[in-house]
Amino acid sequence: MSYDTITLVWFFLLGVLLTGYAILDGFDLGVGILHPFIAKTDRERRLVMNSIGPLWDGNEVWLVTFGGALFAAFPNAYATVFSSFYAAFHLLLTCLIGRAVSLEFRSKVHSPAWRRFWDAGFFLSSITAAALLGIAGGNVMGGMQVGPMFQYQGGLLDQLYWYPLLVGALTVSLFALHGAIYLFLKTEDELQQRVRSRILPLFYCFAFLYAAVTLATWVHVPHATETLSRHPWLWIVPVLNALAVLNIPRAMHLGKPGYAFFTSSMVIAALASLFSVAIFPNFVLSTIDPAYSVTLENARSSHQTLITMLWIAMIGMPCVASYTITIYWIFRGKVQLDSNSY
Amino acid sequence: MMDVELLSRLQFAGTIMFHYLFPPLSIGLGLQLFLCELAYVRTGHPAWESAARFWTRVFAVNFAMGVATGIVMEFEFGTNWAAYSRFVGDVFGSALAAEGIFAFFLESGFLAILVFGWDRVGPKMHLFSTLMVFLGSVFSAVWIVIANSWQQTPAGYHIVWQEIQGESVPRAEVTDFWAMVFNPSSVDRLTHTLIGALVLGAFFVASVCSFYLLKQRHEEVARRCLSIALPSALVFTLLAAITGHDSAQKLVETQPAKLAAMEAHFETTDQPTGLYLFGWPDAENETVHFGVRVPWLLSLMVYNDPRKPVPGMDQIPESDRPPVWLPFQMFHLMVSLGTMMIVAAGLACWTWYRKTYQHHCWLMWAIVLMPLAAMTANQAGWITAEVGRQPWIVHPSIQDGVEMMGLRTKDGLSESVTAQQVLSSIVMFAVIYSLLFAVWIFVLNSKIQHGPETMDELAKRKRDRAASKMSERIAHGGTGRGGGLMEDEAG
Repeated sequence: MSYDTITLVWFFLLGVLLTGYAILDGFDLGVGILHPFIAKTDRERRLVMNSIGPLWDGNEVWLVTFGGALFAAFPNAYATVFSSFYAAFHLLLTCLIGRAVSLEFRSKVHSPAWRRFWDAGFFLSSITAAALLGIAGGNVMGGMQVGPMFQYQGGLLDQLYWYPLLVGALTVSLFALHGAIYLFLKTEDELQQRVRSRILPLFYCFAFLYAAVTLATWVHVPHATETLSRHPWLWIVPVLNALAVLNIPRAMHLGKPGYAFFTSSMVIAALASLFSVAIFPNFVLSTIDPAYSVTLENARSSHQTLITMLWIAMIGMPCVASYTITIYWIFRGKVQLDSNSY
Repeated sequence: MMDVELLSRLQFAGTIMFHYLFPPLSIGLGLQLFLCELAYVRTGHPAWESAARFWTRVFAVNFAMGVATGIVMEFEFGTNWAAYSRFVGDVFGSALAAEGIFAFFLESGFLAILVFGWDRVGPKMHLFSTLMVFLGSVFSAVWIVIANSWQQTPAGYHIVWQEIQGESVPRAEVTDFWAMVFNPSSVDRLTHTLIGALVLGAFFVASVCSFYLLKQRHEEVARRCLSIALPSALVFTLLAAITGHDSAQKLVETQPAKLAAMEAHFETTDQPTGLYLFGWPDAENETVHFGVRVPWLLSLMVYNDPRKPVPGMDQIPESDRPPVWLPFQMFHLMVSLGTMMIVAAGLACWTWYRKTYQHHCWLMWAIVLMPLAAMTANQAGWITAEVGRQPWIVHPSIQDGVEMMGLRTKDGLSESVTAQQVLSSIVMFAVIYSLLFAVWIFVLNSKIQHGPETMDELAKRKRDRAASKMSERIAHGGTGRGGGLMEDEAG
């Protein structure tokens, strides 16, 4: 396989890992965002938390593996992105730690104050993590102040202008919607009815932000549409995306929540693909001088490492797929509390 | 104002030491849990089930902490050590990615069954999941120690000068993946690290169970677990001594500077080299205060020959010398704690065999305290290894007769990051980690105080579960005698 081909293969595989992460951790972040508004009693909160109990940890591994794969396949991109988002990523780390321990520790002590504390931690860390992922994505879309030798020259405040914040709001609403549909699948009775009543408002919220971000990208990120105009057949992606968005309320209306969940997963996949298409062939476009950009070509590892990693992926991914499916199968059905629950 | 290098090093040292409290315990406890469960599957005795369920709960709390603090490490390479990441990404990155794919998915996936699956899968499937989680945590250690060892004794790579924006930039590229994986120190360091983890796990179980015996609680479960934990503690402490000795012997060839620092061996002479039992090294004056030295011993230990002199610090160029005080003290602390653990495990096993263990309160209390010794020894070993390789983040080496450049720690930093940013992240980690540590101790303590379920509780829960399944079956239109089974499985 030629060096350029395998570079493209790894760009694609990173896209797969990112999409997998967004779909899987998307719903458990969404559950975290929604739980204070949906679950009223302690039992309901436990039900909500246990709906993602066995799954969230494995979902988060997609992010860790994405990070490792980016490090290995495109070290320059990894170094530039992670060092430029210094403050944002440290806050993201705080949130990921906060979520993990909120889930783990909440039900360990029978005290309302203790549980309120971890409930708040779970909510805040989930919503902030979802927003930060969007903000980082928005900055990468819009281009960053990368100077000579891939050194970031901007500051924290340069990352918090309107466009990334808007994308951050979009990811929060998207994950909340995705999480709500997931919760609808996992709950019963009164709790399920309450979840249902939130789905439509969340959908309108998301649809509005989706339209706003599309418009904003058109205006603010001209290079994002360049790849599209060069390869017009790629227009099929945004068109399918819009159709998928509209299919969510339809599926819910038809009484097919599993289909709705599949659709919202596809919406996430389409958005992640659009993101990849939009930034290609750069990882980080420099707003100072395009010659300073971190591209696929100047960020990649050696040919041999990319090949070795492909072997690792080809051996590893089928295993990952098989036990991911096994675990989702074992924990299928409505969530129930037992002695092992959180 | 402190500089970025010092702050970044403090931050990395602090976050990794905190992280390193948990994975060794997960690995060690994982094995003990697997052995308990194996005994349950083989004998079907409810005491074993109760023990396995109890250790699962302790394991889960610890595992969550390990996962949560582990992601930090992966992010920090990029956030704080961008120049290092660019230099080694080709080599180090592939080991990290392999860890993600081969280890993390395995452990996190089967952890779900381990923790939440007790009532959902059969005992054999559960046992299998426990084994997978244990193997996953071992694989994770394998890839991380390989990546770390490569920095200490690099192999299977060459340096390529890349043209970037008119400047020539060096980076390490893999030429031989397996030579990179099996670099001169991987296997030794890996076995010693893993065995250190197994020692901790064995002593942790022995500690909790001895505590129960002292308090006369949960005695049946405690005695059963001790019969596994004490012998394994003895075996693993002895293995730790053997593997530690092997690693130290290799150092004289691969990292003589580290060995000289660990022994505060400043001056090379023609005479056989002695070994300091303890002392207070003073690198500035190149001497050891209050030192007690056994003649010939270091030569004997390193070369299996008491007459051959060991090279000292003066063989290393001044700018390449590691600090001495910290590696010396940490190494000696680790060795003394290790010796103490061998003695404690030996005595405990001997009295256990003679059935007099429970008559020696002092011995039981000593075993109760042993996990602290094991944890400290693990940390001390890690500090010795990491401080002893300074000032290099990637050590220079000779590949096929060609001398390869290394990377100094101070050249590995992110250029775009300011001291202010690093300082604020240190403050943030200090706050969060202190809170987490307090909560972890609190929750762990309450789990241990509560202890495993009694046989009655276990039996009652099984009845309740059967009853609720029955009512579900009836609700689904079955007969309550299994007629609705098919529907149950479909639903």
